Amino acid sequence: MTTATRTTATSILPLQIRNLRFVRDSRTLIDDLELDLGSEGLTMILGANGSGKSLLLRLIHGLLTPTSGSITWAGVPVGDSTRSRQAMVFQRPVLLRRSTAANIDFVLKLKKRFDPARRDQLLEQVNLLEKSRQPARLLSGGEQQRLILARALALEPEVLLLDEPTASLDPASTLAIENIVNATRDSGTKIIFVSHDIHQAQRLADDIVLMHAGKVVEHAPISDFFSAPVSEHAQGYIRGDLLT
Amino acid sequence: MPDIGTAFSMAFNLIFSLNADLLEIIGLSLRVSLSAVVLSSLIGLPLGAFLAISRFPGRNFVLVIVNALMGLPPVVVGLIVYLYLSSSGPLGWLQILYTPAAMIIAQTLLIAPIVTALTRQVVEDLNSEYEEQFRSLGVSRSSQISALLFDARFSLLTVALAGFGRAIAEVGAVIIVGGNINHLTRVMTSAIALETSKGNLAQALALGIILLTIALIVNALVMSLRSAASRQAFA
Repeated sequence: MTTATRTTATSILPLQIRNLRFVRDSRTLIDDLELDLGSEGLTMILGANGSGKSLLLRLIHGLLTPTSGSITWAGVPVGDSTRSRQAMVFQRPVLLRRSTAANIDFVLKLKKRFDPARRDQLLEQVNLLEKSRQPARLLSGGEQQRLILARALALEPEVLLLDEPTASLDPASTLAIENIVNATRDSGTKIIFVSHDIHQAQRLADDIVLMHAGKVVEHAPISDFFSAPVSEHAQGYIRGDLLT
Repeated sequence: MPDIGTAFSMAFNLIFSLNADLLEIIGLSLRVSLSAVVLSSLIGLPLGAFLAISRFPGRNFVLVIVNALMGLPPVVVGLIVYLYLSSSGPLGWLQILYTPAAMIIAQTLLIAPIVTALTRQVVEDLNSEYEEQFRSLGVSRSSQISALLFDARFSLLTVALAGFGRAIAEVGAVIIVGGNINHLTRVMTSAIALETSKGNLAQALALGIILLTIALIVNALVMSLRSAASRQAFA
């Protein structure tokens, strides 16, 4: 696995999930899920649509409350205190109806760290500095997602949760996002990345969690996942079978 | 009584001659209605935003009440304000009955529910888009309200416009609490009612034309501002 680590005595990692169930409208969407994630690298959560990937991300971020089971970050149950040390990027960009710069300023002010130089540095990092005064919602899809990433990084998160951030982007925009994600991972931030793109997993992941029907069916380092998949679902996923 | 053509001609003469009495009435109408819009916005914007993002037992009941208050009959509001401000009423010591202040209070009570209910709808729609992101960011309730109000600012202009439209066109409440006193509490609508009853159609028509023109100008300004904001993706 890549990188330096920011793991310290006060780190919120590792993540431990036990017997997690989430039921909505009598449908079991997450079913007795168990998962342990370490403090380093990029974990890619793969799976077909409806397998529960995005739901799991919301549960571990504390945006949803499980029906039963436990989610702990370094032994601390998921909640406001753990969420404040994470940042999440949603599949559909949620941008304030303000300028590009004001979208970053909003988060910096929220965290009482407002600093125009820091904002410009973040915009530079995602190559949007020259568009800082432009209305954020007039940016292209790729630019909007880069701005969302910059806004997430403004929080200086220990864990960055990404819910299919490149799902609707062209290859050039996807590459730009992946470069930022790689740099963030290399700086020691733990990344949990939801995707259904197996090639993206090959490019980015340090370890892969494969989900099917609300369960984790395989969790392995990238090399093992592709060279020696254990579960039938993982073998089928790698072959390109259409999982339902 | 002049025929309608003559009445229109006399009305335009009055307008273009910048008749002092007419200007005084227009000025007071704008002062009273704009003050009421500002006051009701100070009450209705935060209250509407709070109702939009809050979930509490009885919320639906509160929403039904606020929506119902949008249709408050002006004469009833006028009567209630009159009872409170009359010398024997609980606020009689203020001695503001038959003054513009009483008219502003009556109009504020009339349009605050409109501003509150429409703000609630606008902010609730925007919040459905922002809510999950705000929760992720750990935005406090007060920051959430101020951010939503700021981001909905151009839609909320239309809300304020709806309040202004109701206030400037209202006659029942201002006559009851203002008394339609010449040079003191006479506004456009109460003057139109009076001049019509006196058969002075030219004066009434002149005021009616001005009232319509003001409504048109204010609407056009707000619409153009909103459309500019939409082009810039701020609305």
